[in-house]
Amino acid sequence: MEETIFTVNNVWMMICTALVFLMHLGFSLLEIGLTRQKNTINILFKNVFIISIGLILYALVGFNLMYPGSFIAGVIPDYFFDLFGLASPENGLTAEYADGGYTYWTDFLFQGMFAATAATIVSGAVAERVKLGAFMIFTIIYVGIVYPIAGSWKWGAGWLDELGFYDFAGSTLVHSVGGWAALVAVYLLGARIGKFKKDGSIGVIPGHNLPFATAGVLILWLGWFGFNGGSVLSADPGATSKVLVTTCMAAAAGGLSAFLVSLFKYKQYDLSMFLNGILGGLVGITAGADVMSVTDSIVIGFIAGALIVLGVALVDKMKLDDPVGAIAVHLINGIWGTLAVGIFGDLAGWSQFGVQLLGVVAIGAFCLTTSFAIIYTLKKTVGIRVSKEEEQEGLDIHEHGMDAYPDFRLNQH
Amino acid sequence: MKKIEAIIRKSKFVEVKDALHEIEVNFFSYWDVTGVGNEKEGHVYRGVSYSTSDIQRRFLSIVVSDAFLDRTIDVLLKTAFTGQVGDGKIFVSDIIETYRIRTKETGSESLK
Repeated sequence: MEETIFTVNNVWMMICTALVFLMHLGFSLLEIGLTRQKNTINILFKNVFIISIGLILYALVGFNLMYPGSFIAGVIPDYFFDLFGLASPENGLTAEYADGGYTYWTDFLFQGMFAATAATIVSGAVAERVKLGAFMIFTIIYVGIVYPIAGSWKWGAGWLDELGFYDFAGSTLVHSVGGWAALVAVYLLGARIGKFKKDGSIGVIPGHNLPFATAGVLILWLGWFGFNGGSVLSADPGATSKVLVTTCMAAAAGGLSAFLVSLFKYKQYDLSMFLNGILGGLVGITAGADVMSVTDSIVIGFIAGALIVLGVALVDKMKLDDPVGAIAVHLINGIWGTLAVGIFGDLAGWSQFGVQLLGVVAIGAFCLTTSFAIIYTLKKTVGIRVSKEEEQEGLDIHEHGMDAYPDFRLNQH
Repeated sequence: MKKIEAIIRKSKFVEVKDALHEIEVNFFSYWDVTGVGNEKEGHVYRGVSYSTSDIQRRFLSIVVSDAFLDRTIDVLLKTAFTGQVGDGKIFVSDIIETYRIRTKETGSESLK
């Protein structure tokens, strides 16, 4: 391959890496926006912790675990093949490494940015009541071990890949992996005080800064240019430009449909649903962004947006408290996006649908059991929930000894 | 008519509000305040430890008819209590007159 094209490809992949990094800012802003002022520092702390520890863990364990080269019993990545630390293979910095798409180092950093995302998703769901230390331990185990193993089954050329399972940029491998753990965590943690009242009604705990939440979602949308665009794994002109189009179409359709469905259902123009709908569309298109037509992507986004409104209501109905809608966005639409590959686009067909379903179930079972084991153990040992007093007065003042907006005083709910 | 002003812990607010509703004290105003008191809170900011007597509390302003005074005070004393330093204070004062703007009612009638 021509050296120039290799360079161009690699530059594009590094830009995408930077865009995926930016998503961590998007997640942070969205999460603080949709929660209360008194827990802002705690949430920001969690988010900077996740990206920092996520990258280190990915260098020490994750990358080699996710792309193992061989498997024990076909399922467990060959742990001892090349564990601990990074070392570029001989051809790692040449066009030979990945068909001229990128270098070894770009490969590592791009995938590393993805890895931390799985824990960020959980962070939103457990916000405002989780004990920081317990959450950190969970993050280390989940990002360090669970995420790479699940990913290796497909992206590491594991058994799901051999069966023909298709997940372009991670509707299942990133978003559902985070979503399943969010579901388990929310279940084991219990609802925030005031979310479900004694009389059975659902309490409203409004977010404190919708401008932040909006900025977060738009930054996430921008980040998705890298998340999906980079998953082409080269700067192939046709593929990258098409992926960006399908990604944006699904995002736009998801937002519009969530707003329309919620308008129809609740007779109100609900910004937070619009925002969640955009994210739902993005998660929904992620599994098949490169195989969908423009029409397919709009339909997928539209259904994703409706699923958000119904999903958020369903989660509430099940007495699960998910402050940012992570379960509806990442789990429900992660599943939807993955299945959609068998329904729409170039790969559509019953056998493909079957394999997609198998992938959803297999990854789901793995993530449910592992996250349950981790969080349940934490619950029984160090505890996963802050005290009642701390929850009511705010995690910021108790865990961090300060206010997010010390010179700015309004009622702090 | 009396005005009851109570400064309570934020963590006790929901309990107090629910208890007040139970005795049919349905209307009151509240806001967050910062006060200075005997209690000291230790904090660390960027490596510097400091203690401050500036404490955040919630301020409730409740106007009731005389018949409601005792039970309102009882509820506040009971539900805002933890036994630790910093549970807060209650002040009671007389109210000369009250008007409900919509109906022009005055006195106890306007408090219902």
